[in-house]
Amino acid sequence: MTTTSTTDPIILAEGLTKAFGSSPGRFRRRRTTDGGFTAVDGIDLRIAPGELVGYIGPNGAGKSTTIKMLTGILTPTSGLLRVAGFEPQRDRVRLARRIGVVFGQRTTLWWDLPLKDSFTLLQRLYRIPPDRFGENLAYYTAALDLGEFLDRPVRQLSLGQRMRGDITAALLHDPAVVYLDEPTIGLDVVSKHAVREFLSDLNQRTGTTILLTTHDIADIERLCSRVVAIDHGRVTYDGSIDDLRADRDLETVVRELYLGRSLVDTTE
Amino acid sequence: MRVYLTAVRLSLRRYLAYRSSAAAGAFTNTVFGCIRAFVLMALWKQKPEIGGWDLADAVTYAFLTQGLLAPMGVFMTSTELGPRIRTGDVAVDLYRPVDFQTWWLSLDLGRALGGGLLRTVPPVLFGALLFPVRLPSSPLRWTEFAVCCALGYLISFGLRYLASLAAFWTMDERGMSSILVALGMFCSGLIIPLSVVPGALGTVLLHTPWAGIMQMPINVLLGTQSGGVGYALAFGTFWAVLLLAAGRMLTDVARHKVVVQGG
Repeated sequence: MTTTSTTDPIILAEGLTKAFGSSPGRFRRRRTTDGGFTAVDGIDLRIAPGELVGYIGPNGAGKSTTIKMLTGILTPTSGLLRVAGFEPQRDRVRLARRIGVVFGQRTTLWWDLPLKDSFTLLQRLYRIPPDRFGENLAYYTAALDLGEFLDRPVRQLSLGQRMRGDITAALLHDPAVVYLDEPTIGLDVVSKHAVREFLSDLNQRTGTTILLTTHDIADIERLCSRVVAIDHGRVTYDGSIDDLRADRDLETVVRELYLGRSLVDTTE
Repeated sequence: MRVYLTAVRLSLRRYLAYRSSAAAGAFTNTVFGCIRAFVLMALWKQKPEIGGWDLADAVTYAFLTQGLLAPMGVFMTSTELGPRIRTGDVAVDLYRPVDFQTWWLSLDLGRALGGGLLRTVPPVLFGALLFPVRLPSSPLRWTEFAVCCALGYLISFGLRYLASLAAFWTMDERGMSSILVALGMFCSGLIIPLSVVPGALGTVLLHTPWAGIMQMPINVLLGTQSGGVGYALAFGTFWAVLLLAAGRMLTDVARHKVVVQGG
């Protein structure tokens, strides 16, 4: 069974669909798509405030497309979508002040400037009051151990340092919802561990809702009480992690899930 | 508003961080200024007055255009936005709570100011010392020149921003950008001053947006703009507004139609 909650969901999707290459119009891309495809195909999702949900699925399943719709940068082809009470595409700017995003494979930081300059820019971008900004920066500097490289240009940071900088950048404005798209990708075991502990603490300390995309099973095991799996743009599992693994190890179950085999019916 | 000012400031600081690169650029601009000045001098010695310019005007033009190359981004293929659309990094820019076009204008303006600070004076100063460069002393003339340059910059940004946005549809901005650079080099008067291009082609060239980037501000400074300063200001304003408005419209279209590349 799926998680039911009496509180209003902070993320609500009903029949959310995104099709590429089949939209009508003058700028239709004829040559670059092979006939068009549906990246996200009728997803239903209810996430309550304070949940930490693992959003998993094989490469190309539609995870990143979903996250791009949740941030308002992609327009859904059809379906209903609400995040923190906003319709993402329409209220993109207002929504942006309530959400934080970490793209593990991209950086939101300014490559050629010292890390702290990127944070200064974010303070202006999100209009963070100076007191709050100072408090938050001090907190994250301590929690993520940023002190020694705050003054260093981002291009000189190691991947682990850059990721900690990116996570801070996504959180300085106290977002209610954070999307983390593969935040541990390419990190060594120590850095991965540090990031996981930090996220777990963030979720418990502030009640920030977290939607986590990852290919690392250990991220899911350590952090998520609930897992939503998608494949070919459809939800293939939505339930607690304990139900998912039942009597077998999680990696085996996830592999079967990705291969598209029908799961042993542990969900009812 | 403060976020855009901060963006300009940080972008400027980033440009200033690469001083040796700017010095190399200024050196190259100066060398090519000399070459172009010699070519124009050879021409003007054959015909002492072409298009209302004497030899000093032509040499001054050669060094001023070299000084304006960097801030006006004549050799720039697009803006930094183009590559970000190609790689999909634009996703990060799209979800930020800012006006997309103003954001990119701010970043590019910081770059242009940096270019103006580090790369405009050296070629012009060098030319003034060793060549028959003739610059006016009237502060009013210089003010008018500065305003025309500001409009010229907006035209340049407007064109490059449109070329960058094309990447949302073509998936790669580099083709469009190459066309833009080739057109821009000729149409902005870098190869030969637009005022000496004869006949119908000359007339056409004096009406494209590129004419407002370097040729017209310099005409204003030399006091040779036909129709006077008023015409140059009207021309620059017309193209700047038109191009920025087109960029704004295309941004809105892109927002609704785009495919953000990469996972």
